[in-house]
Amino acid sequence: MAQYIVKRIALAIITLFVVSTFTFFLMFLVPGGPFLSEKAPSPATLKALEEKYGLNLPVTQQYKNYMLRLLKGDLGTSLKQRGREVNNIIATRFPVSAKIGAVAILIAVTVGVTLGSIAALNRGKLLDSIIIFFSTCGIAVPGFVVCTVLMYILGLKLNLLPTFGLTSGRHYIMPVIALAFYPMSYISRLMRSCMLDVLNQDYMRTAKAKGLSQWKALFKHALRNAILPVVTYLGPLLAYTLTGSFIVEKIFTIPGLGDSFISSITGRDYPLIMGTTIFLAFLIITMNVIVDIIYKLVDPRIKLS
Amino acid sequence: MSEYLVDIRNLRLSFFTPAGEVKALNDVSIQMKQGEVLGIVGESGSGKSVTAYSLMGLVPEPGRIISGTIDFNGHRVTEMTEKQLREMRGNEISIIFQDPMTSLNPVYTIGNQIEEVILLHTTKDRKAARERALELLNLVGINEPHKRLRQYPHELSGGMRQRVMIAIALACEPKLLIADEPTTALDVTIQAQILELMNDLRKKIGMSIIMITHDLGVVASMCEKIAVMYAGKIVEYGTAEEIFYNPQHEYTKGLLMSIPKLNATEHEKLIPIEGTPVDMLMPPQGCPFAPRCNSCMKICLREMPPYTDINADHYSACWLLQKEAYESLKGGVAQ
Ligand SMILES: Nc1ncnc2c1ncn2[C@@H]1O[C@H](COP(=O)(O)OP(=O)(O)OP(=O)(O)O)[C@@H](O)[C@H]1O
Ligand code: SF4
Ligand SMILES: [Mg+2]
Repeated sequence: MAQYIVKRIALAIITLFVVSTFTFFLMFLVPGGPFLSEKAPSPATLKALEEKYGLNLPVTQQYKNYMLRLLKGDLGTSLKQRGREVNNIIATRFPVSAKIGAVAILIAVTVGVTLGSIAALNRGKLLDSIIIFFSTCGIAVPGFVVCTVLMYILGLKLNLLPTFGLTSGRHYIMPVIALAFYPMSYISRLMRSCMLDVLNQDYMRTAKAKGLSQWKALFKHALRNAILPVVTYLGPLLAYTLTGSFIVEKIFTIPGLGDSFISSITGRDYPLIMGTTIFLAFLIITMNVIVDIIYKLVDPRIKLS
Repeated sequence: MSEYLVDIRNLRLSFFTPAGEVKALNDVSIQMKQGEVLGIVGESGSGKSVTAYSLMGLVPEPGRIISGTIDFNGHRVTEMTEKQLREMRGNEISIIFQDPMTSLNPVYTIGNQIEEVILLHTTKDRKAARERALELLNLVGINEPHKRLRQYPHELSGGMRQRVMIAIALACEPKLLIADEPTTALDVTIQAQILELMNDLRKKIGMSIIMITHDLGVVASMCEKIAVMYAGKIVEYGTAEEIFYNPQHEYTKGLLMSIPKLNATEHEKLIPIEGTPVDMLMPPQGCPFAPRCNSCMKICLREMPPYTDINADHYSACWLLQKEAYESLKGGVAQ
């Protein structure tokens, strides 16, 4: 276990290095610059600004400076939000996204697992067909369509829920639904097929032959086996929730990390682009390690290596 | 109360599949006394497992009992509630399955899976259940039982896992142990060890055993009584001695000729039974073995042969044994 963690940390450092290097050079290949807004500054101001932020240096020199600061954990200062440190921006923005994401994942997993199991237990019956129908829709319909439809019906037509901001619990409902819809559908389909498979396994027959009730057999013996693929899906699910939240945050005007990431790209706010990318990469890597460990806990056959 | 531990009478059971009604059991009757070891032999699909499962009230979907009764230990299984059935399963009747590789749940320890059944059917607490589990592992001849309790199924060999399955089955000292091809999935040396273990345990514990197999060698080494099944019907029943040395049904004779003998002379060749098993969706009207039988007569195709008693403990369903009835019917047809 200790060896495994050391190995994963080493791997994570290499990955982060590659990701940051790639992003850094790609960023400079994109035309445009941070100070080219409507009110174009005079050439003199521009020069002064570039000098101040070291943008006049050769790219390789800039890269070296950046990486050296990165080693100290310093992600630099934003070019657009005068003087604000990137670290600070991430620290205020990320919790907002994380909250929505975490609630969405929680809902997607619990509802998905429940619906999938119900469908499997009622295989071929009406309930099964209904669940299959909705989960297929959930997979086929893109996230922004879900957002728009929700907003139109619940927000505009029925006027039930607020359509922007995050100032109360009710504000969370639509973004969370929008974010949870796809993974929930995906998980219920996954769960249904795994559950059907598990219900036909010999050990379920053993459980019945021991005299266990159907519910006990289901909860103790079936669920833990059937849920394994869902645990595997948690890694990609996390990545989806993070990227998915960009769209949701844009549409529902939520001051999260996804929103600031997109504006940093359109505004060529180089340090913020770099900082957010590295942070997200770090997050995904960490979560994947955690998922691996959870997997190992649920399935003793898995060897971490 | 019946004098039998197991008393199955005229059991008919069908699977209602999309393709049609699969008549898996056609008028099966079996009686078994306390302490007896009964072998059920027959080829794949003849209904051996379904018979055994129905005894535990475990008829797999989409199976239904059409008619007949099943009594176990004086209680009518066919009329039990789900709760009564659960109290009986794993407690009074236990079963070991063919494939020990897949019959244990991969995500729970051996200890957990043995203790589960003890906790379910007895008033023992966790600690006592663990002690009992240790005792059982010793009983079924598993070395280092302390360590095994904490291991997972994938860490054990096939033979070991089957021993664990036996330990689970014996945990509550059942009156009847059903062994559904317990050695088929194991290699030959392990097979012999498991059979030896079962023989030992039987002597020690004195429970009744139903041994399901398509291997006559296995029944020969263990069973006192043998029921030969063909196409959902018991075509011959008798003591092991009678079945091996005085077989009456043509199918039984065929089976016996198809097993290799250790002391075979040059003249005795292995003769496999030709033809394919019966299509249970459309069972023939007469004797189910007729299409493959070398002695098949006209009447065999038309009518199901009734049982003929050979002696008190031996009967068989074959028209050849019903010479009288056969003669008279043949006479009737000829006119
Ligand atoms: N779940 C099911 N659905 C439909 N038909 C079934 C089902 N289970 C068993 N059958 C049918 O019932 C008949 C008897 O099956 P059974 O499993 O008792 O055979 P068996 O004698 O145990 O054979 P084997 O040696 O292969 O285990 C077979 O014809 C089979 O097709
Ligand atoms: S009844 Fe007829 S077909 Fe059936 S086994 Fe006897 S002789 Fe053969
Ligand atoms: Mg079988």
